[in-house]
Amino acid sequence: MQVELREITKAFGANQVLKGVNLTLEPGEVHALMGENGAGKSTLMNILTGLHKQDDGTVHINGKQTQYANPKEAEENGVSFIHQEMITWPDMTVLENMFMGKEKKNKFGWVQTKEMKKEAERVFEELGIDIAFDRTMKTLSVGQQQLVEIAKTLLNDAEVIIMDEPTAALTDREIRLLFKIIRQLQKKDVSLVYISHRMEEIFEISNRVTVMRDGVSISTKATKDTNYDEIVRQMVGRDLEDYYPEMTNEKGDVVLEVNHLTHLPHYENISFKLHSGEILGFSGLMGAGRTEIMRGIFGIDPFEDGEILLDGERIDIKTPHDAVKKGIGFLTENRKEEGLILDFPVKDNISITAFEEFSNNGWIDTKEEKEFVELLVKRLTVKTAGIDLPVSSLSGGNQQKVVLAKWIGAGSRILILDEPTRGVDVGAKREIYNLMKELAERGVAIIMVSSDLPEVMGVSNRVLVVHEGSISGELNQNDLTEERIMTLATGGK
Amino acid sequence: METKNTAIIKKKERRSELYRKLGPLVALIVLMAIVTIMNVNFIQPANLLNLLRQVSVNALIAFGMTFVIITGGIDLSVGSTLALSSALTAGIIAVGVPPVLAIAAGLLMGAFLGMINGLLITKGNVAPFIGTLATMTIYRGLTLVYTQGNPITGFGGGFAFQFFGRGYLFGIPFPVIITTIAFGILFIVLHKMTFGRKTFAIGGNEQAAYIAGIKSDRVKTMVYAISGMMSALAGLILTSRLNSAQPTAGTAYELDAIAAVVIGGTSLAGGKGRIVGTLIGALIIGTLNNGLNLLGVSSFYQQVVRGVVIIIAVLLDRKK
Repeated sequence: MQVELREITKAFGANQVLKGVNLTLEPGEVHALMGENGAGKSTLMNILTGLHKQDDGTVHINGKQTQYANPKEAEENGVSFIHQEMITWPDMTVLENMFMGKEKKNKFGWVQTKEMKKEAERVFEELGIDIAFDRTMKTLSVGQQQLVEIAKTLLNDAEVIIMDEPTAALTDREIRLLFKIIRQLQKKDVSLVYISHRMEEIFEISNRVTVMRDGVSISTKATKDTNYDEIVRQMVGRDLEDYYPEMTNEKGDVVLEVNHLTHLPHYENISFKLHSGEILGFSGLMGAGRTEIMRGIFGIDPFEDGEILLDGERIDIKTPHDAVKKGIGFLTENRKEEGLILDFPVKDNISITAFEEFSNNGWIDTKEEKEFVELLVKRLTVKTAGIDLPVSSLSGGNQQKVVLAKWIGAGSRILILDEPTRGVDVGAKREIYNLMKELAERGVAIIMVSSDLPEVMGVSNRVLVVHEGSISGELNQNDLTEERIMTLATGGK
Repeated sequence: METKNTAIIKKKERRSELYRKLGPLVALIVLMAIVTIMNVNFIQPANLLNLLRQVSVNALIAFGMTFVIITGGIDLSVGSTLALSSALTAGIIAVGVPPVLAIAAGLLMGAFLGMINGLLITKGNVAPFIGTLATMTIYRGLTLVYTQGNPITGFGGGFAFQFFGRGYLFGIPFPVIITTIAFGILFIVLHKMTFGRKTFAIGGNEQAAYIAGIKSDRVKTMVYAISGMMSALAGLILTSRLNSAQPTAGTAYELDAIAAVVIGGTSLAGGKGRIVGTLIGALIIGTLNNGLNLLGVSSFYQQVVRGVVIIIAVLLDRKK
């Protein structure tokens, strides 16, 4: 199937999201769609699949002008969209999920499980997936769920599959399997639109890359004819020579010392020292146990063995409350679930950790609270039309700044940042790096867990690599290379 | 363009906020106007004071329920808590404990029963609906055991306890004064103090609140204790008015309390709500009961009307 989008425009209210976008999709190609958050990628794909209707411009399928009325019609015609946040029925089986809403039934309405199984088996075999049909969806890993989702599109004989950030929650092994399946699909002449923020993946899997910025398609090139720097430049519209701030390497005293921390089966015998003013990177593959270690230190999931010393003294952290009181802040990897109260105003989200700053015997001084929050909003350049607006109305980058503001407001001396730039666009990433640098210069000790290798290398003073629950190596700034990190992360020496 | 958009969002926010605030009040005024037109006796001061006194029991329970519902929970045990704490208070007065002391003991009893709910839910990890459903029958059962199924009477002529439910101060029924004071205190706790902020935060996103250092278990336990204490307070008024503690007192009161909270615009999903709304909600239910009685509508129809009003309130709330 050949797809062509011509001069698509779309506005939501006063917001012109697409300003004339062109995109062609050839059979059997993997077409990467890149751009910052808000560049218009999802809107464009939603127009192709009929969720939104464009204001102007046309969609051509195999040369014929086509307009799908809704995503269901698009799916029936072979155009499927796998969203980043999948919709599944966690307590129903894999088979039930695959045929949800289109169960095979006989004329009495009796569901024909056998037939459905046969069909599902065919697709699983084609893709090389091995998951039992009668398992409930929630017992599957996110990666396996994603595979089921892909298999589901093939039940409809999909010819075009759009994947939005498919690897965001996958382990390394699952990513390999996904790529294998994508190549399989290519052989069958299925075309894929691959939306991702991860450059390495784009270069590995895609044939062509289209970069979008501010509702315009900037360029389309064969992947082999472009490079990392060019794509980033096109995405942000300027050079990024100093993308990562110049890091000073002055560390102060040891503030946090972790000894032999163990929580089987997640991690074992974790020991390290954290100095004030340093940014300590934690690298490793997804699922290596980095997040679990941090949650252990912060008192969310208690550890079984080991000790934590703060300024040389052993401390007892049983709940996050204890950690916060000791001056530790934790930006979690999933800000929507654990970092923010989405319906709450920006103000309440920031002030939640620092009631003592503007309250007296439990009484809140609203004027002081407002001043306190406004100062932080200004300092972190959070873009919001007002601190009384719900935090959900902010962009991903600004939401992340709100989480940071919360911990800075709490006066944290130790900041644990778990994937601080996940789902954050390139411009805001830079601002977050600068902020980390500024905090480190003031003596804050920072731990950064990140799966983004360039980021780990660009921002950290020192990197610890975690492999299967143990620290497999420590790298100083001088011997930081992607190869070294990957070797340690995969269990090599 | 961005700022223009956010300005629009802001305006919309403000407007929906205004609806949320004024909606129930407008409904109350309209309702009162309709009843007045149909029977002018409704607006007589004597009837209005009577209405306020009738409302006070449900309002007190609903105030506590508001806290619980804002955390995303529910308290089905309020009616049984009311009965058990009333029976115990009546029991100790009957054996000669001074009324003022007995009232304090009754309130503490209510708080204690509420705390048990809270601990069951936080430490025991039981869903609020199930946990309080269980304690609802347990507390009711204990009341029946303690009273052997008979009303407790014969508190003597103790003035203080009689005044509690039947007295007047400056021409205003004492229960109304108690309700007003309770409202004032709880309003401040919920909207002006850190405790209230934490209550909302837990309902908005418990995990995020926990990670931000809020002791969510403690806050929730206290919230259920507040609910228990308010039920006990309502029970004391009821007992004083009837001059006896009935073992079946407060049966199904949880439903009227939940209705008042919901009509007042507090979200059952948690994180959103206002205690003023609950007060108005209780007044709406009270006006309905009082007005329908005045109009001579049979009590069977009254139930239907009340249900319809709840549905309308929820539908209007969803529109926003």
